[in-house]
Amino acid sequence: MDKRYRIEVIGRPGEAPAGYLQDDIRALGIQGVDRVERAALYFVAGELSVGDIETLCRALLVDPILQDVRWAEAHAAAPLPESAQRIEVGLLPGVTDTVADNIRARARDLGMHGLTDVATGESYTIWGRVSTAELRTLAERLLHNAVIQYYSLGQLEPHIGMPLRNVQPETESVPLRDLGDEGLLALSRSRTLSLDLAEMRAVQAYFRAEGREPTDVELESLAQTWSEHCVHKTFRARVTYRETIGADTTVEQIDGLLKTYLQAATRSINAPFVRSAFVDNAGIIAFGDHELSFKVETHNHPSALEPFGGANTGVGGVVRDIMGVSARPIANTDVLCFGPLDADPDTLANGVLHPRRIYNGVVHGVEDYGNKMGIPTVNGAIYFHPGYTANPLVYCGCAGIAPAGSHPRGAQAGDLVVVLGGRTGRDGLHGATFSSIELTDETGVTSGGAVQIGNPIAEKMTLDALLVARDAGLYSAITDCGAGGLSSAVSEMGEETGVLVQLDRVPLKYQGLSPWEIWLSEAQERMVIAVPQDNEAALRGICEARSVEMTVIGSFTGDGRLHLRYGEESVADLSMAFLHGGLPRRDLAAEWVAPSRSAPRVDDLAGRALAEALLGMLRDPNVRSKEDVVRRYDHEVQGGTVVKPLVGTRAHGPGDAAVIRPLDTAQGWAGFALGAAFNPAYGDVDPYAMAISAIDEAVRNVVSVGGDPDRTAILDNFCWGNPSYPDRLGSLVRALKGCYDGALHYRTPFISGKDSLNNEYIDTRTGHQVAIPPSLLISSIALLDDVRLACTADLKSEGSALYLVGSTAPELGGSLYEAQGYASGYPAPGLAKVGPQTARALHRAIRQRLVSACHDCSEGGLAIALAEMAMSGDLGAALHLSAVPVAKEHSAQDGWLLFSESNGRYLVEVAQENRPAFEACMNGLPCSAVGQILGSQTLVIYGVSDDEPLLTLPLALIEQAWRGHLPGAAPGEES
Amino acid sequence: MPAPRVLILHASGTNRDREAALACAAAGGSPEIVHMNRLLAGESRLQDYQMIVIPGGFSFGDDLGAGRLWAFDLGLHLREDMDAFVAAGKPVMGICNGFQTLVKAGYLPGPAPAQRASLTFNRQGHFECRWVRLRAGPSSVSLFTEGLQEDILCPVAHGEGRLALEDPEDMPRLLSGGLVPLRYVAAEDLRLMDVASAQVPVRAAAGYPANPNGSLADAAALCNAEGNVLGLMPHPEDHIDPLQHPRWARGAKGGLGLSLFANGVRAAARFL
Repeated sequence: MDKRYRIEVIGRPGEAPAGYLQDDIRALGIQGVDRVERAALYFVAGELSVGDIETLCRALLVDPILQDVRWAEAHAAAPLPESAQRIEVGLLPGVTDTVADNIRARARDLGMHGLTDVATGESYTIWGRVSTAELRTLAERLLHNAVIQYYSLGQLEPHIGMPLRNVQPETESVPLRDLGDEGLLALSRSRTLSLDLAEMRAVQAYFRAEGREPTDVELESLAQTWSEHCVHKTFRARVTYRETIGADTTVEQIDGLLKTYLQAATRSINAPFVRSAFVDNAGIIAFGDHELSFKVETHNHPSALEPFGGANTGVGGVVRDIMGVSARPIANTDVLCFGPLDADPDTLANGVLHPRRIYNGVVHGVEDYGNKMGIPTVNGAIYFHPGYTANPLVYCGCAGIAPAGSHPRGAQAGDLVVVLGGRTGRDGLHGATFSSIELTDETGVTSGGAVQIGNPIAEKMTLDALLVARDAGLYSAITDCGAGGLSSAVSEMGEETGVLVQLDRVPLKYQGLSPWEIWLSEAQERMVIAVPQDNEAALRGICEARSVEMTVIGSFTGDGRLHLRYGEESVADLSMAFLHGGLPRRDLAAEWVAPSRSAPRVDDLAGRALAEALLGMLRDPNVRSKEDVVRRYDHEVQGGTVVKPLVGTRAHGPGDAAVIRPLDTAQGWAGFALGAAFNPAYGDVDPYAMAISAIDEAVRNVVSVGGDPDRTAILDNFCWGNPSYPDRLGSLVRALKGCYDGALHYRTPFISGKDSLNNEYIDTRTGHQVAIPPSLLISSIALLDDVRLACTADLKSEGSALYLVGSTAPELGGSLYEAQGYASGYPAPGLAKVGPQTARALHRAIRQRLVSACHDCSEGGLAIALAEMAMSGDLGAALHLSAVPVAKEHSAQDGWLLFSESNGRYLVEVAQENRPAFEACMNGLPCSAVGQILGSQTLVIYGVSDDEPLLTLPLALIEQAWRGHLPGAAPGEES
Repeated sequence: MPAPRVLILHASGTNRDREAALACAAAGGSPEIVHMNRLLAGESRLQDYQMIVIPGGFSFGDDLGAGRLWAFDLGLHLREDMDAFVAAGKPVMGICNGFQTLVKAGYLPGPAPAQRASLTFNRQGHFECRWVRLRAGPSSVSLFTEGLQEDILCPVAHGEGRLALEDPEDMPRLLSGGLVPLRYVAAEDLRLMDVASAQVPVRAAAGYPANPNGSLADAAALCNAEGNVLGLMPHPEDHIDPLQHPRWARGAKGGLGLSLFANGVRAAARFL
């Protein structure tokens, strides 16, 4: 007779994790909570004796030093302390639960074969004056997420040991041949296909010609393959673009955005070090006898609904992209955008999680996946703006390394289709189409299945097996299962040959999935490889040795068709030509009207007012130290992080870019730098300037640490609003023009990119629609021949000279100084005309060891750059604005000299003995000695008139301002 | 003379095995990364090696507590071989997740199988990655810290590194017995860190963040009474090259973690 037991494991006082629970509770506006005690819950079912439960507890569930345990039959009332209340949270059936899986496996090892089911949960015992309504708020807004969990006030009813609903998997025919336009659109909506009328008509025409109705599997395959997420319809569309600047309006026809701007830039630059651009799962560049790959993805919509899971699987997904080019992942990057952490909960739109909840979840999600896979997270940024409140952005990047030529790309007819890694469940159904639509306050309810849950350990195991298989040459093609699941992975791999898949062979987490669900599932940690039949046994040996599941699910055919079977039944039979080529091209309208700007005005501050302005800028959430987050990511694992994310005397200052020397090539000195630039504030003024500036800054980042500007490649990631609105698409076109011009200027090829559109939020109750600020991330990867010549930003020696390289103009549009209210009306930073020559000359100087410290001038301009360098090096500095190089047409003025964000500028420390050689290097370029390094712990700034100092500021105040906590974020990092 | 064979154990989720292997090789050992499955299948045996390193990572995703499931597997399947290896006096080193595993399998402070200590959540409540300074206790009985003059500088990267004892009153006994071979120390003057260790005065108590997890008595490591089993939370294998030093660009050097591996490999050579 099966029994169900409830086991409650409680940390002894002082041993339970502190967490931020109390803070988060207060942020919800609930003040009466005195104390919360957290306990782990385990539910086990089966033919189990009391002795079995005791053994499970002792051998497995309870740490004798740290924890106590209570257990009873599940139906018995669990004791509740007097005056306490309880919230309990469990995982919904079918949600990945690795703890339960591990318990099941170990119970078998203990010979406990009667155990049939395990589930886990959490119990929160709460003391204090808390109403039932408040308890419900706590449960619903903090302790549980309805997408993956359920909760109860009081004791949880476990879902184990229940008979599973026996659903017979079925494939249905979906009649559409006789539908009118209305009917086609209704069908697209009701099945969340996200296809427009022209696309639905193309589908209809295909099946009319075939003389039959489609199956649900076929319809879902088409919707996935044709989704914005997978095929980037907007970037391939024909666009009519109208641009108005002042009184002038121009109109032009653009034959595909991707082709016209990004691919054209890469083709025109034709850089010899590029090995693969826009073709593979990641961009690839040459690195001696190895190759480096780099990819940045976004996972915005899932992170809005389930921040931990969304960010977690965002990292997992981009890591699989690197695995998908047969490389070992060696560095992660992340750029995160949130609404203000101190947002008033009452102002949030319906269904929107509080920015703090999203922030905590996303940071934890990034931490969990990267750390557990053993990939150092070495570069990133966090940006706050009210526009990201409902639509947070999570950009996840990954770089990898592989021996040159080790990535095979051609599945042959006769090769087997093999799935490696995780099992398939209902996770993430409709992720590809879901990420292509706007969020509403009901999205969380209707698209619950679209959220995936990650298991980094499963991915690590799969990676370990794959690298061995790669080195043994066992597969002929590889790709990852990302958005669109097997449908996307297998049909792309078999586009040339055709493929036959037996869906009932796909290993499942649980029974009852329909064929279309198996085909579309976005269950994580799965890779697909094409394996010549002769290699199957060798591959199986490798996988078994590492406990990695591998399954042959079909073969590549040579008939050019996508053929899916379930048992004996044929459930899909489509021509690959139609699936991949039948999508009608869109025609879109775009318009950009330059916003009118007021007359330029800037405050020239001095003394206390200047000190307050400078400290206020250092305290700005977008500028101040992110050390509390950086330290939650392992940036040391793999032992190759030569320039770390934090630099300086006490590893407390900001680095420009990380430098990695991969273990794989550690016998040499070669390495690479990873940089990133993101500044949506410029986009408000001009998206073209935003793109130009992002490329300039991404190049400056890597050049500052010693990267070679002539061997720098870049990646684009566009997060935008709904492109069917001409203004959204207009700003996108304007940014793409900047990308093209900026890339050609610096001769930095784009090697990979991704767009995430439709980042808009509609509150269905008010009808109010919110789009994110146009958000372009440019990531850079640059080679260093010798990492021993790398450079950091912290000032090194008293008495050295300080040089400003690059020319300064009054470009305060979108600047930090403007955001703080000290300026208005100026243009955003434009193209730095001699930027490429400057970067090259500076690189030569760094390679000749003439530069002791180098930092690029970005947010906050010269003033913030200097403050950061001084603080990091624990050395003061004197700066003379009268010496700053300025283009002739401008008359120098203290306010903009200090805070302009003109492109192409670096602040550089040069030892006295190196000054002649350094100046020779920079000959003919804008570069002047603007100050010196002081032994005193103060920053001294002289104005244009160069008499009395404008400012004398102790470094301690700078450090205090810059290193303070993020407003409203987790405390506890003061050192 | 042949190099001692060092077994670098790998479980599902181990991720610092390659660095441990590099460190052992740099110290003169002959490392081999071996998956637990091969030991369980009998394709590889502990007794074929002269030293064992249980490296860092997240075995089984830290489910049920860091190192707990790996300790369970060791105890259930390899207890006899492991006991014999330890009893023979051969060097065993557990780093981070390996330390957590050895503690939870009862080998530290020992004798196994009874668990007498544990490693639990950092006082800060979350994972942290930062460089720490480790100083060997003068009374350390660990063969790994023999003759160690210089402080070791290396990173920690963990969320569950706070040492807890069955009875906290045991700490003085462990300290005086030399079973706490390495402690976190804080330099008195943060501007004077990169000189000979003898000239770096340290504070009486390290405090956060020098002690990154709130461990009792600033303990960063434990060893057994015989001195041949060492476990430590920090990652000496991530500082075997001067370019890994966080202040190398400021001219700082020294504090390599290699000495621990060199001592281990030297001791292992006696069993060739």
